[in-house]
Amino acid sequence: MSWITNLVRVAVLALLVLFLVWPELFEPMFAPLTRNGAPAIYTRQSLFTLAWHHLAIVAAATLAAGIVAVGMAILVTREAGAELLPFARSVVNIGQTFPPVAVLALAVPVFGFGTWPTLIALFLYALLPIFENTLTALTTLPRDVIEAARGAGMSGFQKLMQIELPLSVPLILAGVRIAVVISLATATIGSTVAASTLGEVIIAGLLSNNTAFVLQGGLVVAVMAVLLHDALMLMERRLARSIDNQTD
Amino acid sequence: MHAPARPASGQRAFLATQFDRLGILIALLAAYGVAGNSFVSFRLNRIVPGQGVSLWASLPSGLSYAAIVVVASGCIVALVRSRPVVRAVAGIAVVACMFALVGLAGENLLSDGDELARVSPAAGFWLVGFAFSLLSVEGLSRMSLRPGVRVALLAAVTGTVLGALSFGVWDDLSIMNEYRSRSESFWSEAATHLQLAFGSMAAAVLVGVPLGLLCFRMPRAKTAILTVLNTVQTVPSMAMFGLMIAPLGWIALHVPGASALGIRGIGAAPAFIALFLYSLLPVVANTVAGLANVSATIRDAARGMGMTWLQKLLRIELPIAFPVILTGIRIVLVQNIGLVTIAALIGGGGFGTFVFQGIGQMAMDLVLLGAVPTVALAFGTAVVLDAVIDASSVPTEQRADT
Repeated sequence: MSWITNLVRVAVLALLVLFLVWPELFEPMFAPLTRNGAPAIYTRQSLFTLAWHHLAIVAAATLAAGIVAVGMAILVTREAGAELLPFARSVVNIGQTFPPVAVLALAVPVFGFGTWPTLIALFLYALLPIFENTLTALTTLPRDVIEAARGAGMSGFQKLMQIELPLSVPLILAGVRIAVVISLATATIGSTVAASTLGEVIIAGLLSNNTAFVLQGGLVVAVMAVLLHDALMLMERRLARSIDNQTD
Repeated sequence: MHAPARPASGQRAFLATQFDRLGILIALLAAYGVAGNSFVSFRLNRIVPGQGVSLWASLPSGLSYAAIVVVASGCIVALVRSRPVVRAVAGIAVVACMFALVGLAGENLLSDGDELARVSPAAGFWLVGFAFSLLSVEGLSRMSLRPGVRVALLAAVTGTVLGALSFGVWDDLSIMNEYRSRSESFWSEAATHLQLAFGSMAAAVLVGVPLGLLCFRMPRAKTAILTVLNTVQTVPSMAMFGLMIAPLGWIALHVPGASALGIRGIGAAPAFIALFLYSLLPVVANTVAGLANVSATIRDAARGMGMTWLQKLLRIELPIAFPVILTGIRIVLVQNIGLVTIAALIGGGGFGTFVFQGIGQMAMDLVLLGAVPTVALAFGTAVVLDAVIDASSVPTEQRADT
């Protein structure tokens, strides 16, 4: 069965790339959704460029959030930082209750229109899932492994780098996966404050009442999210399996 | 009851540890906010760029000394290791003082006859406010307050802020100008916002909990349903709202009576359905997870007592699953309150209307008029539901343990 799913994945990826570089090919599919002879394919900006920008913004925000969230989780699980745990938890949780549109709009007076407000909003939303997952990973490590590391005379730093973090990678990656899927969808909203993302296509569709634009913008983002979700899931499973093999 | 954990005994060893590390950050932020940034910004009319005005220039000298004393004492409380309750109270007090002072700054800077000039809070105000909000969050998070106390505190803060606003504390600030010129539409958009967020949640619970039960009983249906719902989540909200327009427009035209029910291609109906679709996943997934919490021993006991399928569901399974389902509802509500803002793009109404109008007119105070209530609403809902979840999960855990 698994080769069929793999085949489907490759086919979907190929279709996505084909659509991004040569969208005119798909015009007949989208044409019935337009009215009064409106264009069926968004051409003001190449879809490939927009998708590329979209992915780059998501990658940058997730990377920054990953570094900060994992760093915070390490800090609050050390003896010296344990007292900050409830505080870090509350701050990350409160950050999550800020609606994306509000964050974007409030960031505009400070950072101006463009990419920065979007990066900040995505960063904020990626923090919680990565932080929570890293925290869970670091606090639920098998006790005997930690004891063995201490018994082997490892320093705190060695223990962290050689034992704790490697064992936590699958769960951290799961947090990254959640963050990436959320960010891909949220990044579209960034186009309301002039970030160059696939949201541009959707907004153009909403403004000109062109469902074809809305659908193609939405589809590209959704397909990218599903593919990335699958890819990260595969990676997690591989890593978890290899760790199981090592610790056995 | 457990006694609170005592601080480590070795903490008096070094002078350096007498300072609270977070307190250093808070004090630096506050100092930078006061000394390096303007407290308010002044504009000759609504849309021209503003000029920054420092704390000293924006308040009469007596008040600006008072402001410095307040911020400095707040910083001292933050820096010295102090009890959580002291930190929480100090943080809230400084934020409250700033709230009042920025209003007074508006009153001080505007001359009486000038109808056009505008004063808005600037970076200095926001930085100091942020720094001391951190202090109060730190204090409150360490106090581990009981759920009822948290809700009471939220109610007190909300009541005080609304009271102060209706008393006119912020009347000379630009955001209140924006409010006054559209006070009626503000409250009707607020009602729309709440109806959309809570209505779609209610619909999702009515459909999602039975769907979750189905998933729990039939693992094959579970995979299919959860895959579909997960995929729905990957569709960006703007596209989802947009895609609802065409089918609903068609229904309004062709299904008799649909347009009489208020179903139209644009407006609240497509927004409601899009929100409903997003809300299903957390409700269904958490119902399944909650039902999985019911241990085999409890199930056997229920069966042994001769309970029928319905009795078992209503008296055992749903009560035990309730806190987890409630967690799903909390996720849905906070998410929906944020997403409703996007519904404004398709004419769905809600606070997003002001946000997008403001972005379009480059009028940031109008953006604030939409964004601040949305944030407050999402935050308040999260606090209340977290309290309810905490209150409801304690007895269940005990029941499961025995």
